[in-house]
Amino acid sequence: MLTMVSVRNFLSGSHSKLKFAFSPKILDLDLLNVIMVLHQIQSVILKYGNETQELLKWASRSGNLGLRVLWLILHFAVTICKVRYLAMVIDSEEAQELSKVFELLQWVADIGVKSVCLYDPEGVLKKNKEPITQRFSSANLSEEAAVNGRLVTRRNLTLEFVSFEDGKEAVAKAANYLFVKHYANGTKEKSDFTEPQMAEALGAIGSGGAEPDLLLIYGPTRCHLGFPAWRLRYTEIVHMGPLKSMSYGSLVKAIFKYTMVHQNYVTSSCGTSMMRKIDLTDAASIVCILLRMFFFDCRTKVKRYLLACMSN
Amino acid sequence: MTKKIGDQAGKMFEYFGSFLRKGIFSVLSVGPVPDHIAFIMDGNRRYAKKRNLLDGAGHRCGYLALMNMLKYCYELGVKYVTIYAFSIDNFRRRPEEVQSTMQLILEKIEDLIKEESMVNQYGVRIYFLGSLKLLSKPVRLAAERAMVATSGNSKSVLSICLAYTSSDEILHAVQECCEEKWDEGSALESKGAGNGLVFLKGNKNGKTKPSIVVKDLEKHMYAAVTPDPDIIIRTSGETRLSNFLLWQSANCLLYAPAILWPEIGLWHLVWAVLDFQRNFSYLKEKTKLS
Repeated sequence: MLTMVSVRNFLSGSHSKLKFAFSPKILDLDLLNVIMVLHQIQSVILKYGNETQELLKWASRSGNLGLRVLWLILHFAVTICKVRYLAMVIDSEEAQELSKVFELLQWVADIGVKSVCLYDPEGVLKKNKEPITQRFSSANLSEEAAVNGRLVTRRNLTLEFVSFEDGKEAVAKAANYLFVKHYANGTKEKSDFTEPQMAEALGAIGSGGAEPDLLLIYGPTRCHLGFPAWRLRYTEIVHMGPLKSMSYGSLVKAIFKYTMVHQNYVTSSCGTSMMRKIDLTDAASIVCILLRMFFFDCRTKVKRYLLACMSN
Repeated sequence: MTKKIGDQAGKMFEYFGSFLRKGIFSVLSVGPVPDHIAFIMDGNRRYAKKRNLLDGAGHRCGYLALMNMLKYCYELGVKYVTIYAFSIDNFRRRPEEVQSTMQLILEKIEDLIKEESMVNQYGVRIYFLGSLKLLSKPVRLAAERAMVATSGNSKSVLSICLAYTSSDEILHAVQECCEEKWDEGSALESKGAGNGLVFLKGNKNGKTKPSIVVKDLEKHMYAAVTPDPDIIIRTSGETRLSNFLLWQSANCLLYAPAILWPEIGLWHLVWAVLDFQRNFSYLKEKTKLS
């Protein structure tokens, strides 16, 4: 504006000089008109420049918001087709590097897995339950943990610590439990044991627990190292390599790949369906929330811009 | 005449293939050779669909692939081979599919016990592992005949899991252990030695200790006739064990090639053995610890 005023002054000042140099009066009027038009254009640009800049900023933020929506949908897609219960088999020597275990658990929690079962054959992780739970400092011991010393609940992450003795030896203890319950009272019950009875016996001796959806092996070999047989029947097993070379990308990839696998299960004798179902109502509601956020933001910005234009 | 030349060419090709195989196996045998390999023969139906074959043809192609793999394993020096032929869960498939599979199994069991079959050529003893009472009478009787007919063979062992799941095997073992302890206790009581507490062994402190231990359970497992597997191979790229040898696979290498079962060949076996040899010391150490 300053520039235009100074140019106008200069031109009007020099207008008199020009009058002597270029005589016709019509030239004087044209120059003045040009100056007036330029001045008006300048004021329009300055007037709407702010709104235009606002619009550009909004467009940039919307673009970022759109990217954020896509990022959330991507992460949501990883978590929605759920790994409801994740198990991790870690080689006992590698499990002694607790910093790596902490990092791995943090990644798992970030992805959105709610329950994790940690297994190593020699019980190194079980022995280090305290530092692991302290690392996730909002841990609350559940009543079950007080009984069997294995379960620890942290806000959104339930940790279970399992070792080799929770496998074959637990089944032997469960067999003794069943024997005492059905045989040792002096009468022999004729019916064969069923899977629900076995599951109940394992629960009673403190080695119950859900069957993991996915089992990740962190070790040099693709071998489950004695993970409890009763809980491994239809679990997907993925070898992730040694713990020292673990990566977030491979963890996400393994979980994503799990969600793409179509499992041709039949109903087990327990009557529990093994088909993994996507909770579509949850998915739809969260996508609606995200879209609503995006369009509400759009509508507000467009409205403000139109109001600004009309007021001017 | 043309057919004669074709047959001779075929035989020459077979001899050459056999010679080449022996060479490869001699090199492999420098390292540790697995004692027991188990196969989950997955992908027969998908193979039939992929090749636009009739229903049941996939399983027949799978049988041919199985015969080849058995030949390769026994030539390599693998003494025990276990195959997952039919799961208890498979009974829930369509009745006509179950019926045709059972018919094929019956037919192939009869073929196996013939004099000129591969089983007698390699001195293979056959075991059928599983809850055989769930099978139809003809199949059950054929299985029992095969076990009796090959009981004299001792060079190798073929375990065919029929109407089998690991959870059923564990339950069966628990049941058998309980029955055994009950019989022991009843025998003691009838001699007048007990006071109702014979079913639980007591130690010096007066505390009872469990009478059923892991060894008792392992004695009663269907797969007690063979050692634990060294490698479990599941085809079609699936990564789960589907209730197969869960108790026995604690220190076992799991190998899951992406090919369908009828497409399995010598190179997949060679690759699995090489992988086993690379991890042999680690797996042996883990076996000792457990």
